[in-house]
Amino acid sequence: MSAATAVEPLPEPPATRIIRPTSGWAPLDLSQLWIHRELVFFMAWRDIQLRYRQTLLGVGWAVLQPLATTVIFAVFFGRLAKISSDGLPYPVFALTGLVPWQLFAYALLQSSNSLVDNQNILRKVYFPRIIVPLASMGAGVIDFAVSFVILLGFMAWYQIAPSPRVLLLPFLLFLALVTAFGIGLWLATLNVRYRDIRYTVPFLSQLWLFATPVAYPASIVPERYRIWLGLNPMAGVIEGFRWALLGSGTVSLSVIATSTAVSAALLVSGLYYFKRMERGFADVI
Amino acid sequence: MAQVALRVQNLGKQYRLGSGGPGYDTLADALLRLARLPSRWMGRGAPSTAPKTFWPLRSVSFEVSAGDVVGVVGRNGAGKSTLLKILSGVTDPTEGWAAVWGTMGALLEVGTGFHPELTGRENVFLNGAILGMKRAEVTSKFDEIVSFSGIERFIDTPAKHYSSGMYMRLAFAVAAHLETRILLVDEVLAVGDAEFQRKCLQKMEQVGTQGRAVLFVSHDMAAVTRLCSRAILLDQGRVVADGPAAGVVHQYLHGGSMHGAAVREWPRIEEAPGDRVARLRAVRVLDESGRPAPEIDIRRPVRIEVEFWNLDPTFRPAANVHLYNDQGQCLFVSCDFTSAVWKAGPRPHGIVRSVCHIPGNFLSEGLVSVLAAVSSFPRTTVHAMERDAVAFVVVDHSEGDGARGSFSGPIPGAVRPMLEWTLPDPEQGG
Repeated sequence: MSAATAVEPLPEPPATRIIRPTSGWAPLDLSQLWIHRELVFFMAWRDIQLRYRQTLLGVGWAVLQPLATTVIFAVFFGRLAKISSDGLPYPVFALTGLVPWQLFAYALLQSSNSLVDNQNILRKVYFPRIIVPLASMGAGVIDFAVSFVILLGFMAWYQIAPSPRVLLLPFLLFLALVTAFGIGLWLATLNVRYRDIRYTVPFLSQLWLFATPVAYPASIVPERYRIWLGLNPMAGVIEGFRWALLGSGTVSLSVIATSTAVSAALLVSGLYYFKRMERGFADVI
Repeated sequence: MAQVALRVQNLGKQYRLGSGGPGYDTLADALLRLARLPSRWMGRGAPSTAPKTFWPLRSVSFEVSAGDVVGVVGRNGAGKSTLLKILSGVTDPTEGWAAVWGTMGALLEVGTGFHPELTGRENVFLNGAILGMKRAEVTSKFDEIVSFSGIERFIDTPAKHYSSGMYMRLAFAVAAHLETRILLVDEVLAVGDAEFQRKCLQKMEQVGTQGRAVLFVSHDMAAVTRLCSRAILLDQGRVVADGPAAGVVHQYLHGGSMHGAAVREWPRIEEAPGDRVARLRAVRVLDESGRPAPEIDIRRPVRIEVEFWNLDPTFRPAANVHLYNDQGQCLFVSCDFTSAVWKAGPRPHGIVRSVCHIPGNFLSEGLVSVLAAVSSFPRTTVHAMERDAVAFVVVDHSEGDGARGSFSGPIPGAVRPMLEWTLPDPEQGG
């Protein structure tokens, strides 16, 4: 060996980052999400800006959608089909179900399409990909806040006072978002490869709406099947919402617990599947 | 020894062609494939066609130290963009690894995430966040970014009302303020007007002097030779040259070996270009101390030496050189019949050597290719001629003492002479 190699090299500090091929199931590294938290905020903020700036009605949409649906539900399900509403005025009953449902449906749709909608960014810049579906749900939360105020107005009109159980609402909302995010992660990942997903989501969301006690109460489901209702996390969320806000129905703890477990399973599986597939996004999208 | 900032070891990326991606297929295709699986397991059904693979990048290794500005050059499809995509984390390598010391920023595009509906101000913050800048960082640099872009008046106007030039200016202004220890830059200088390009180049040069490592992909060879101390030449996904920028650029442009281009010799007279009057023996590009110079500092003089066999002195053959730039434009022609030796009478039979002296601060930067010929007059006859006999790269490393002064942008012109300027006293009516 030459004399040059005999010189003792300076000790090298450990590398900040190693780029190497990854394969199989990688552990989740959610600390990256925390480091990039400002980006989550900015991307959500962008969607909110665009949602309210580019549309003619702006915030009006957040009000109009649940209101119009409530009217239709009230006429057809409430007045004509005479569906039970657990003794509550049907419009309040329906709107209480629709407001959290709308949050869920919006979050599901946006997160499923988020990767494809942001493909130009994904091809050119690296950041933890999970930020994209996560931030895409942000505008739904603003919509929810607006429609929630309308809901409170309805309750005041029908003179229904909320019980102290409203303190459970944030948890139920969180559950709705986690469910949407969990499924959204699966669908967003599949959407990168199979663009059919874009057309599947509205359809899926419609089916799901009718399978969830939004227009009807869970009480019309026979008692012995009701425990299975919890397998649909949104059933737990909607029933819990009515129970917490209007004091109606009989929400069993087991239904909420089942919903939470299903929702958590969706989230964790979605996170791992997303993590496994994300390194290929830029190549395929 | 400077501290290492980036080390790339045996990096490679494999893509599959044809079935199985890249590109998206429909769910129906996937379900069909799934349905065919059982028959495939039983060894029946259509034989599965093995997907063709190719490596846009393979076995790439190099190291970049803090303060280095390294150019990455190569033809389209050589793997330059793939390399940057892997290093920036956008895509994964298939093999090998890269280690990074310090923060890294990547500009694979300017204005990533810009949205036409958002105002300039909003886009600055959004784009900054996407590039990895903290909000506080963007806030503190905001005024600087806006003034760099030169569109102060329109900062609160939605970007959709911007001209494409304004759009790019603002986008680059954000990118130029990215302060990471390692910076990856891909072709971003291909945008904007000449004046703005100059500003961008200046900003990049500052980056290099701040102890940062820059990896710079470009097709602008003049920019690479000026900005980069070193360059890496990629060809079909592999590193084929890694060394001083001028030499690598030369090799890329000339397609030949790095050392041979400055000197061309025909030792055997029967193989030399020419006729019964004159035959070329050698053409050399030499620096002022007489060494072969594939690369020459723009401020230094350069000699082109033409050596030929003078076989019939009665013709009084004269050596001449034609210099071309890389656009094929002829810069000038010069002939030795202007010399006192030629005028004095026929040169003796045998080997004749003529040297053309090109002063410093005369040629423009870039590749110069030399056509050497031996001709006789007045009935013009070309006895020997060799196109692209030799070539060399003129590199502008001037620091205010060259024709460019302190200007750092691209300068047009076939030549770049440093001419005399006088400033006559206006009172004397000059």
